[in-house]
Order: sequence, then C-alpha cells, then structure tokens
Amino acid sequence: MTNVDVQAVAKTFGTVPVLTDISTSFPVGSFTSLLGPSGSGKTTLLRIVAGFLQPDEGVVKIGGSDVTQVPVWGRNIGMMFQSYALFPHMTVAKNVAFGLERRGIKGAEARRLVGEALEMVRLPGFADRMPKQLSGGQQQRVALARAIVIKPSVLLLDEPLSALDRRLRQEMQVELLRIQRESGLTTIFVTHDQEEALALSDKVAILDKGRIVQIGAPQEVYERPLTRFAAAFLGDSNFLTGVVENGAVRLADGTVVQATGVLPALGQTVTLAVRPEKMSVTPAEGAVNRIEAQVKTVIYAGPALSYHLQTADGTELKLFAQNHDGRLLPEGQKVTLHWSAEHTIVMAD
Amino acid sequence: MTRLGQVYLGVILVFLYTPILVLMAMGFNASPLYELPFSFTTHWYETLAGNDVLLTAGLHSIVLALVTSVVATVLGTIASVALSRRTFRGRNLLQVLLLPPIAIPWLITGTAMLIFFYWTGIGRGLHALIIGHVAMAIPYVVLVVGTGFKTIRTDLEEAAMSLGSTPIHAFFAVTLPLLFPSILGAALFAFAVSLDQFVISYFLSSPGYSTLPVQIYSAIRKGFTPEINAISTLLLLGSMAVILIFARFAKPGETSDKR
Repeated sequence: MTNVDVQAVAKTFGTVPVLTDISTSFPVGSFTSLLGPSGSGKTTLLRIVAGFLQPDEGVVKIGGSDVTQVPVWGRNIGMMFQSYALFPHMTVAKNVAFGLERRGIKGAEARRLVGEALEMVRLPGFADRMPKQLSGGQQQRVALARAIVIKPSVLLLDEPLSALDRRLRQEMQVELLRIQRESGLTTIFVTHDQEEALALSDKVAILDKGRIVQIGAPQEVYERPLTRFAAAFLGDSNFLTGVVENGAVRLADGTVVQATGVLPALGQTVTLAVRPEKMSVTPAEGAVNRIEAQVKTVIYAGPALSYHLQTADGTELKLFAQNHDGRLLPEGQKVTLHWSAEHTIVMAD
Repeated sequence: MTRLGQVYLGVILVFLYTPILVLMAMGFNASPLYELPFSFTTHWYETLAGNDVLLTAGLHSIVLALVTSVVATVLGTIASVALSRRTFRGRNLLQVLLLPPIAIPWLITGTAMLIFFYWTGIGRGLHALIIGHVAMAIPYVVLVVGTGFKTIRTDLEEAAMSLGSTPIHAFFAVTLPLLFPSILGAALFAFAVSLDQFVISYFLSSPGYSTLPVQIYSAIRKGFTPEINAISTLLLLGSMAVILIFARFAKPGETSDKR
C-alpha cells in the first residue's frame, strides 16, 4: 500500500498541450476520481501514472520512489480498462493468474490466490470459463480480480464502468467501493460520470484543459465549487451576475443577494452560483434570498421534479424539487424562489 | 430472391468445378488422346510413378512453396506488426507501396526480377526462385495478417504490460495466439501463391531446378499424356486437404469478437 505523487507534470501531443503543470498527491488507501470533459487530460494523467506515457516534464512517484523512467511493466500497478481487456484465449483462471505468473508465482500458491481473488469479486466457480461465456458485469469482475490479485501499489481505473448498463453499474459501484475498502488500495479512477465520482471517491479532482481546477472531498467540491467551470461541470448551477454593494450583491434587476463567502471589493462585478435543489418556492427559515421567476417548462421524472424558469430580465434558472405530494407547478406560473445566504457560492472567475 | 441466389451460386459452382472434375476423371481414362468413351484405368498413375521429370518438378514445387510460405510468413508478420502497431515516418507510404505488386502483371514482375537478378549476379535457380517467390508473397501475408491485427484491441497488450509483461512478452503471450488463425491463413496464402506461380518461376528456374507448372508447360508444348492429369489431381487433393485443415482451425465466416 503506497501513496502516489505527481509533481509538475506536463505533457504535449505534437503542439497540443494536454496537461499543464499538474501537481497533486494521492494518499495511501485513498480513492480519487479524475473528473472532466473529454479532452480535459484525465486519461492522459492516468496513463502517465500507469507508465504508458512519459511526461515531457515533471516527476511521478509511487510509494516515495521516482518511477518517471520506469516502464509500465516495472511499476506494479493494477489497471482496469474501459473494454475489460480480458485475454479472450485464456480461461478466467489463466487471466487472473497472468500477473502472478509474471511475478514467478505458480502452481498451488497461484491457484490459491486466484481462488481468493475470484471469491473477492464474488465469482467463485468461474475459473474454467472463457471470457466470451461471461456477461459484461462478470467480465468486469474478472478484470478487477486480475488487477488486484497481484497486490498492486496503486489501482488505476480507466472508466471501467462506462460500458455497463445503469443497474449493473450501480451494483458494480458498490462492489468496487467494498473491494477498495477491503484491500486498502490507493485508487485513481477516471470517469466522466459525476454521480459516480461523487458516490465513490474520498477526493474528486476536476480537470479542465489540462489543469486540475479543483480537488477536494466530494462534498466540498460540490457544495463549494471555486469556478464557474467546476460549478457547471459538477452538478447543475444557476448563475447570477451582479455588483458588490454593502457586503451583498445587487443584480441587474435590483434584487439584492446575500452570500456568506468572501466577496470581492465594493463595486466589482461578481458571479454567484446557486444549486437548483437549494432553491425552493416555499420560504424556509434563514432563506433570506428571493428572486421572482416564471415557470417555463416542467420535467416530471417520478421522484424528482425539475423546472426551468425565467426571471423578468431573461436569466434562465433551474429548480429541482422532491415530488412530495404529486402536485406540479403549472407552466406560466409566477413564483418566488427562496434560498439561504450560505447556499450562495461566490465564483472566483 | 433467395431462390435466385441459390441458382446463381449453383451456376458459379458448376462452372468452377466441372472443368476440375473433368480433369480428374480424364486421369482415369485409358485413351492417351482424351477420347471417349470412358474406360477406367490407373495406368497413368503407374507411368507417373516412373516419370522422374514430373515427380521431381512436383517435389521442387512443394519444397519451394513450403520455404516461401515459412519465410514470407515470418517476414510479412514482422512487417505487419510494425505497420499495425508502431508509428514511424513513411509508414503510410510503405503500406501503400505494398499493394501495387499484387496488381502488377506477373510477366512484368518476372521480367524485372530476371533482369535485376542477372545484373546483381544472383542469377537463376532455387535461391533465385525463393527470393522471387518470397518477395511476391509478402504483400499477401502483410494484408492477411494486417486484417487480423485490426480485430485485436491494443488494450489487450496494454493489459498484459500493466500486469508485468514486457512488450515482447505481451506480444508472444497475447497478440500472437490471437493472431494465429490469420498467420496460418497468410502462410496458406503464401503457399498457394507460390505453388500456383508460373511466370516468375519460368523466368527464374534453371535447367537443374524447375517447378511443376513450368514442367507441365513444357510438357504441353511437347505433346502430353494424361499423366499430367494424374499429377494435377494429386496436387489438387493435396491443396484441398491443406485448405480444409485451415478451415478447421480458423473457422472462416465466424464472427470473432476479440475483446
């Protein structure tokens, strides 16, 4: 069990910078998600940690030792691929034993470890099947068993669940989390699924254009996004722009919004973000902020309702509500949205 | 529509196989002038057993085809690895340059080789035949193996490397076994192309070393007997046996999903 450190890593493909000055650390036993749109560099970062790619600049350390020059086969990593990447000409047992064999572990000892690994991913008795005979979810479990049986220094997951359907994916999320906790493996997980990132990780790193724009605990990153990009990419946000005035923000239509964060200097323009589920049509205690808007569209999704609204000056707003009583706000209805000062997040950009 | 297709396929098969069946049948016909009515004999097979010229040429053809097949398959597979899995300057050019030799008439290739081999002092004979046949078989091998490569995902090798394989080990443990049907097919292709080859062989064979097609050609010019049919039948059965063995291994037509 080891930590992973990435220091000042940069990578350029041709003339296109893919990663710019990435420095971060992945503590022992932590589960970190790299989250970002495609092209943000998250997969490149994972492949640099794995050793499939050499960074142009910077250092990768696994367990304190510099492995920047060590090729992937010398790094003792466990990796799960988006396509499972099981060897189709080998049985499940042979697949799982592949890495053990490379480490000189054979015979009864190898069989015992393979058995344990298959037990861990809840596939005992599948040892003699061929990958083709397994369902997608089962193949995924074999891939996981193959990655963890070698007791890797770090577990790298490259969107391993994206090929599974929703129900199976949720099942595998639970499994993955259980196995990661049991094994205590330092895990780096690349995904573009925000919910997955929030549900699984201790830490979420949001990448944009080759930089980590924010990294922190899921709750922290979600509740306190630092930038517009982070606020819009992770979850939904309503953005309000106004001018700082007397410790509050006055919007263009004159509405004054209270915020608890640190505001820029008086007279500066600032963008505020409010999560759609933090707003409500019924005033609650402490909900000092209010804004008038008209319901434009209603989206009924069973347990959850979402509304698109518009203010008098044309600002688009979203509102998420629980379906408590099965009654919907009709389209065209004028409502007042309420939220508290602590749910007004001040954007840095 | 299906009915029409079946008839169409039937007609094709009739035109393909009837001449071959006639050729085989005539090997068992007593008349040296291919006259009917048919009267069964194994006479031509008996005289063939004593015809050293044809038998030697047949053996030469098989040896040459085997050597060509092995050498061209090894070289072609290595080339295919480079073209499919590596990026380097001029890769696309090389890939494109592989195709024209397939389309260039054998006569031109053969003449060019003859002149080139004469100039360089390589000359004619078995060694020249091997060089010529290998050169013309390699494009076929690269094409067949290259197609095989396309069905194998690159992340399989990456998975092997993540588990501790060096690139060489990953290739031998993962890619090569998956590529085996393609390589076998390529080897068979090279074997068939070499066995079939007349024009290049005609130019490059020496009086001491010629192949069966070359020998059959000179026999036809001198006047021939159904011994030709006999040896052709043997060759045909041999080739078909090889094809059937291949079909058993590679299961053509099966959709293989090599994830």
